[in-house]
Amino acid sequence: MQFYRAHVLICGGTGCTSSNSQKIKQELEAQLNKNNLENEVKVVTTGCFGLCAQGPIVVVYPEGVMYTMVKVEDVQEIVEEHLIKGRPVKRLMAGDTESADTTKSLENVDFFKRQHRIALRNCGVINPENIDEYIAFDGYKALAKVLTEMTPEEVIAEVKKSGLRGRGGAGFPTGLKWELTRKSQSDKKYVCCNADEGDPGAFMDRSILEGDPHSIIEAMAIAAYAIGADQGYIYVRAEYPIAVKRLQIAIKQAQDYGLLGKNIFGTDFNFDLELRLGAGAFVCGEETALITSIEGHRGEPRPKPPFPAVSGLWEKPTLINNVETYANIPVIFNKGADWFASVGTEKSKGTKVFAVGGKINNTGLVEIPIGTTLREVIYDIGGGIPNGKKFKAVQTGGPSGGCIPASHIDTPIDYETLRELGSMMGSGGMIVMDEDNCMVDIAKFFLEFTVDESCGKCPPCRIGTKRMLEILDKITSGKGEMEDIDKLETLAKNIISSALCGLGQSAPQPVLSTLRYFRDEYIAHVRDKKCPAGVCKSMMSYVIAADRCKSCGICARNCPVGAISGEKKVPYVINQEKCIKCGACMEKCPFKAIFKNA
Amino acid sequence: MKSLAELEEIRKNTLDQIKMRKNKDGIRIVVGMATCGIAAGARPVMNALVEEIGKRKLRDVSVTMTGCIGVCRLEPIVEVYNADGSKVTYVKMTPEKAARVVAEHIVNGRVCQDLTIGAAEAAEKAKAADN
Repeated sequence: MQFYRAHVLICGGTGCTSSNSQKIKQELEAQLNKNNLENEVKVVTTGCFGLCAQGPIVVVYPEGVMYTMVKVEDVQEIVEEHLIKGRPVKRLMAGDTESADTTKSLENVDFFKRQHRIALRNCGVINPENIDEYIAFDGYKALAKVLTEMTPEEVIAEVKKSGLRGRGGAGFPTGLKWELTRKSQSDKKYVCCNADEGDPGAFMDRSILEGDPHSIIEAMAIAAYAIGADQGYIYVRAEYPIAVKRLQIAIKQAQDYGLLGKNIFGTDFNFDLELRLGAGAFVCGEETALITSIEGHRGEPRPKPPFPAVSGLWEKPTLINNVETYANIPVIFNKGADWFASVGTEKSKGTKVFAVGGKINNTGLVEIPIGTTLREVIYDIGGGIPNGKKFKAVQTGGPSGGCIPASHIDTPIDYETLRELGSMMGSGGMIVMDEDNCMVDIAKFFLEFTVDESCGKCPPCRIGTKRMLEILDKITSGKGEMEDIDKLETLAKNIISSALCGLGQSAPQPVLSTLRYFRDEYIAHVRDKKCPAGVCKSMMSYVIAADRCKSCGICARNCPVGAISGEKKVPYVINQEKCIKCGACMEKCPFKAIFKNA
Repeated sequence: MKSLAELEEIRKNTLDQIKMRKNKDGIRIVVGMATCGIAAGARPVMNALVEEIGKRKLRDVSVTMTGCIGVCRLEPIVEVYNADGSKVTYVKMTPEKAARVVAEHIVNGRVCQDLTIGAAEAAEKAKAADN
């Protein structure tokens, strides 16, 4: 066994990979060779650390020093200062570098301090392409225990006792789902993993698959044992190439170790796993559409009941759970259902991972105990709103969810409270909005998404959402009438009650929730023909303040359509007929003389 | 994988290698690697430490570096922080002495008294008295 005195972990998640973390790795290896350190310092690619906004991330152990926004040019300094002389490079360290002492490790960074990592436990800690590292941190121990010591009924009882609920969005009790599938009589059953993550802005499932693929394989094997299945499918979207690659490696490794295949751990339990790549249709995240797609058909949903637990894949009983749900399973067996149930709230146990984005400083992945307030997530972990702007609302649940206004920022997050507020947990996308966001525009954005992604099978969704979008277009272009708002509401309610699947039934939510909390903005658009946030282009104009204009002409030179004219010593003016409202003049004006007139 | 024993063996072996990413307990060996330390030969000392720890498959031991401790005349300096927080400072180290520290102090818990800073200072005082 080779002893390495230091391990340098480099994030190989999608975020950091796209900001060149692999080049940093190559440079690091080159620098280590140059200094003859290759036998002392080990370089490891890991999954996502979660602090994606600060990527690429490099962590050096044993100190646990975290370097953020590392560039290829920084590597030499890290090697020469930190790895040779033991002096961490302060200017690259995470958090407030002012107070950072040299021993500050990543556990002490604000972003991580308040998190509770269960589903993300191995992300950013192990090398996801090395099964031994997963095993070292108790990987496959839960499967071993389940297969050799427990009956399927005991396994289900344990999951029920943990209180785990589906992390895909709806929050159905996981243990109950397993029990229903077990009770269905059939010669053949299947387990599926829903990795068709499609909400705009959500990427926790991808990060788990990239950072800890074996946890999903282990959990699916446990689920298969519990319900009596011997075949599993992971349905993952093809747009996640790193996740797909790591899953393929992980499945191969598990097969080589006999953790997938026949007679696992010497028992008579057999289980194998295959990948199915989705082409990126949002509707395929709906379980019946996902099943149809795995069967090789066009991904369209079918009516429920029958539920997949009774008749799913090839009309056999099928268990479908989301990636994050599975990621919790091994921990429940290693640490016990009681331990798991001690985290979270009365009705919702454990943690939830959120992908926090939008107008927030620390864009990234956070895992928090359920029941944490929105304020803690946005301010304490997320670092607040950039540029001193005012927090306006947070959108959760993606195109199926809604906007929660600033007045509810102290709400503890769980399935029920979010639903009461007209939103939902969803898969865990969390988009933060500040005063510069127009809520009508936000609703339009999400509706555009669902109109695009509607599969077209049922008319309420296919036609209804399209009509709603047309009304929103009318309102945002300044042609709305007061009765349009009522029409929107009626249409929304009809779609909810008549659409075939979850996509259609939840598609009007972004509109309904913004109508509920920001009706005044809709009214301003319709009655006053004004967009209070100054987003909707038809209702705003750029104007030059005559008293501030120094007639320098910079605005006129930068205007792409030649809409600005003037001469020396006379304030310039914008020709509103020609103006395309791109904002270039306002950005370039050195005297801040150009304003948005909303 | 046909048995739990096999799984446990992989777990143990790999954990030894990657434990430092989670575990903060155990013995910490710190080598002075500032210019003074490197000039006095800290690199071969550190290599000897790493090699010896690897050879003996020791767990719960980490080797890190630090800057100038301040007594440059006694470099290379190696400090051993025990799990309870107490510390022993070894001075004027060589690769051979480093191997001895691993064998006697780290493995068997016996401090190499003759290599410590206290012993070195006492020797210097005795020398001064002789003069």
